[in-house]
Amino acid sequence: MLTILTTYQDVLIDGFLNTLYSSIIALFFSLIIGTLMAIFQLSKNKWLKGLANAYVEFFKNIPLLIIVMFFYVVVPLYWFSIDGFTAGTIGLTIYTSAFIAETVRAGIMGVPKGQTEAGLSTGLTQNETMRYIILPQAFKIVIPPLGNQFINLVKNSSVLAMVTGLDLMYQGDLIASETFNTFDTYILIGLIYLIITLPLTYLMSYIERRLNVTS
Amino acid sequence: MNKLNKQALFLLLLLPVFFLAACGSESAAKVDITERIEENPTLTWGVKVDTNLFGLYDIQSSEIRGFDIDIAKAITEELTGDADNAEFVEVTSKTRIPLLKNGNIDAIIATMTITEERKEQVNFTDIYFDAGQALLVPNDSPIQSLDDLTADTTVLAVKGSTSAQNIRELSPEANVLELENYSEAFTALQSGQGDAVTTDNAILLGIIADNPGYRLAGGNFTQEPYGIAINKGQDAFLQEVNKALETIKENGVYDAIYAKWIPELD
Repeated sequence: MLTILTTYQDVLIDGFLNTLYSSIIALFFSLIIGTLMAIFQLSKNKWLKGLANAYVEFFKNIPLLIIVMFFYVVVPLYWFSIDGFTAGTIGLTIYTSAFIAETVRAGIMGVPKGQTEAGLSTGLTQNETMRYIILPQAFKIVIPPLGNQFINLVKNSSVLAMVTGLDLMYQGDLIASETFNTFDTYILIGLIYLIITLPLTYLMSYIERRLNVTS
Repeated sequence: MNKLNKQALFLLLLLPVFFLAACGSESAAKVDITERIEENPTLTWGVKVDTNLFGLYDIQSSEIRGFDIDIAKAITEELTGDADNAEFVEVTSKTRIPLLKNGNIDAIIATMTITEERKEQVNFTDIYFDAGQALLVPNDSPIQSLDDLTADTTVLAVKGSTSAQNIRELSPEANVLELENYSEAFTALQSGQGDAVTTDNAILLGIIADNPGYRLAGGNFTQEPYGIAINKGQDAFLQEVNKALETIKENGVYDAIYAKWIPELD
């Protein structure tokens, strides 16, 4: 395994960075889109609610690879060109945002109704109540499941390998084919993924502890 | 002993069972195939299922059809007396050698080029088909040959294929992206994710047969002799397959299969 690491360290670093970038971009945007969808799902506006429900149900229930393939194969055929990395990251973002929407929605619903009533009765608007009173409390509740979604996101980023996204798993596939050493290669790749997922886990635990201390 | 100790002991006793199971699957690769087929005459062949002309899954008839399949059936008939003893398992360039080494398949007949590097992992029979690597481009592409590949062009190949390694050596400036199989590589070409697909000319001709908007760019730029791959340690089986291959080449069976599948190569 050590020989693979030293021989292929350039492409492994490239792949690792691409996985890291893809995960960070997808994490950031899926959090924003997911939270937005969660808020819409709980809104009184029928159109927003319907739109958000359709979005979440659709992308939650179809395989990630199909979404990514759509952006890699279909979009360039009819609209504009997209490379593997972008197609993979967009697909990853959309897919994860549906799950984050469900998680955040559970968190929002978990905040006692009294908080909303208190917020409104002190003169805050619906939006202000949501932004300053409900959401912060909701996020504190959902840190553990949200952390899980982020770990899943990093692991799911391996779908980039199927669409030449030049990520860690893609480089792993190439190395395994060239060296014929499937066992060592994929164990090594798995360990390198831990370099992203383990710190992420610790980060989420740290955030959870910090939020509990200040409450 | 108390309940916890009993449970722990039970689990501890179960542990060797898992090791035995693992040992069982490893020894499957070590069983001599020629002895095994005397009692149970089934031969398992690893074949492509996505390659027109060589190994393609035909949905209408729900079976895999192609040159490789027919050669495998002919050899199975020579070795066991009945072509129906041949069983087929899907493989890709990426999975074929691991499956052979595990003993999941007895032989690989899947458009596999004989190379020195692969000979370190597996044994090959004699050559059963001579192909050469070429480029596939859309009809309106400016690429006419290997020399037209520059740093601005992207070539699509399949993971684990000799074509991918060769194109990197022969055209070091060109970008190379590797997909899971030929149909995905061709789909990527259709979507404009690359400028050309490279693999053996025989496979490319199979793609052109179904997709008239594409052509070969230039001639073959390598020699790709196909061989049947057999696991190390199966020397008796290797000899028998070579003998069977020689037989069908002499008695006209090979020529009939060749004429059935291979279009005129220029």
